[in-house]
Amino acid sequence: MGPGDLAGILSRLPVMHNPNVLVGIATSDDAGVYKLNPTTALIQTVDFFTPIVDDPYMFGQIAAANSLSDIYAMGAMPITALNLVAFPNCKLPGEVLLAILQGGQDKVAEAGAVIIGGHTIDDTEPKYGLSVTGIAHPDKIWTNAGAQPGDYLVLTKALGTGILASAARADMFAQGVAAATVSMAALNAKAAKAATDFNIHACTDITGFGLLGHVYEMAAGSSVAVTIDSASLPILPEAADAAAIGLVPGGAYANRNYLQTVEFADSVPENIRDICFDPQTSGGLLFAVPENEAGKLMAALGVAGVTAASVIGQVTATGKGEIYVR
Amino acid sequence: MSDRIVDCRGLACPQPVINTKKAVEQLVSGRIIVIVDNEVAKSNVVKFATANSLGAAVEEKDGHYYITLVKDVSQLSPVSPRTEITGECESRQVYLITRNTLGQGSEELGAVLMKSFMATLLEVNPQPAAMLFINSGVKLTVQGSPVLEQLATLAGRGVSILSCGTCLDYYQLKADLAVGEATNMYTIVETISTSKTVSL
Repeated sequence: MGPGDLAGILSRLPVMHNPNVLVGIATSDDAGVYKLNPTTALIQTVDFFTPIVDDPYMFGQIAAANSLSDIYAMGAMPITALNLVAFPNCKLPGEVLLAILQGGQDKVAEAGAVIIGGHTIDDTEPKYGLSVTGIAHPDKIWTNAGAQPGDYLVLTKALGTGILASAARADMFAQGVAAATVSMAALNAKAAKAATDFNIHACTDITGFGLLGHVYEMAAGSSVAVTIDSASLPILPEAADAAAIGLVPGGAYANRNYLQTVEFADSVPENIRDICFDPQTSGGLLFAVPENEAGKLMAALGVAGVTAASVIGQVTATGKGEIYVR
Repeated sequence: MSDRIVDCRGLACPQPVINTKKAVEQLVSGRIIVIVDNEVAKSNVVKFATANSLGAAVEEKDGHYYITLVKDVSQLSPVSPRTEITGECESRQVYLITRNTLGQGSEELGAVLMKSFMATLLEVNPQPAAMLFINSGVKLTVQGSPVLEQLATLAGRGVSILSCGTCLDYYQLKADLAVGEATNMYTIVETISTSKTVSL
């Protein structure tokens, strides 16, 4: 769902209160955090979606990497996961389901976690994802609400997966589609681990609301204003070309319409603006880190093999989530 | 040069852009009117048109958008100074195919040669800009043609496949046209006179 539709519905539900809830639904964070005891907090998240690539094994990997990402975005370690599956038993052979589940399982294993169950329903169209549980020290949680003026913003994966998913359906830009598939299947584990030694003021992962949607959540949650440097954005190969010829998903337009606090410099081309709003699947982590640590964080990400990482902007002042893209 | 209508109402993203792209590739010159029923499709088709220098005038009627694109035949002209697309097209070939077999002599041999010619054409770069089919040549672009697959592949790569409408009528094949579009003598003459053309 688009951010506007979802916020409208959720605002009509009464908020549940519990003193052990450290992060709940109020701040639009990536996962919920529940304090079990003074040294351990439980991090829980769930995500599932329809296939975005044709290869079922690859789809399974991407869905799992996407579900696990919310745990990493909170600075936590995943420990267990449950499968959520919708599958058309009559239309597709069981091998397809097996490949999806194998992809998910391999990704969860790579993350050092374990699948301990799941639930499957019959449906007209396949859907897959996981509910993932992680743990962290309650004082070490990264929320999206702690960015401070002066912080640098670091993004760890290239943008454009939504646009390239459109390109895949159009049977165009094969090179970019292949790069997007690899990027979506990659875990955010390395980036999260590389960042553990730093003073991460805020973190979120970039998913359906697009770069600027998630930048907005971080900026509004932190009561700051940010500037994004469009020339520094890591962008997947051919994504800009695909955007330029109109392979822009509806979600990008919904994100653009919802965000009222974004101002672009005239010099930012239209296709780059589209990339800023493009809904991402299994996107990268976005860190807000003190200026004097940004260089070292970039170096640590480089050593960890997070090659797409880039400093993409800065928190400029206190504010209400204003975003200026130059 | 009649207007080509591309009705994309009810189609999900990115299908309207794909259909527009196909129509633009098949048309040598003229106007295309794309009809869409939502803002996203409208914006994306306009982006496509802008990226390809096709202009894009949008008119809204009863919640539907009518987007007019103009493909200018001068883009195929060797004297046109514009854009790199023109540069690429300058050296691109147009084939005027006047028979359903290749060369004079044995019909049987000619049929084999035509098939071999089309298969080989797929391997050659750059691809031709357009292929014009007249007289019995139109038998190659209809159902049951021995080279339909090759022509469909060429069309998929952006080669305009144009068959003489009068000829299709004469052979009563209009309903069987299976690849590309029917065209008229005006477009054929215009294409030939503005392009490097080989007649077969």
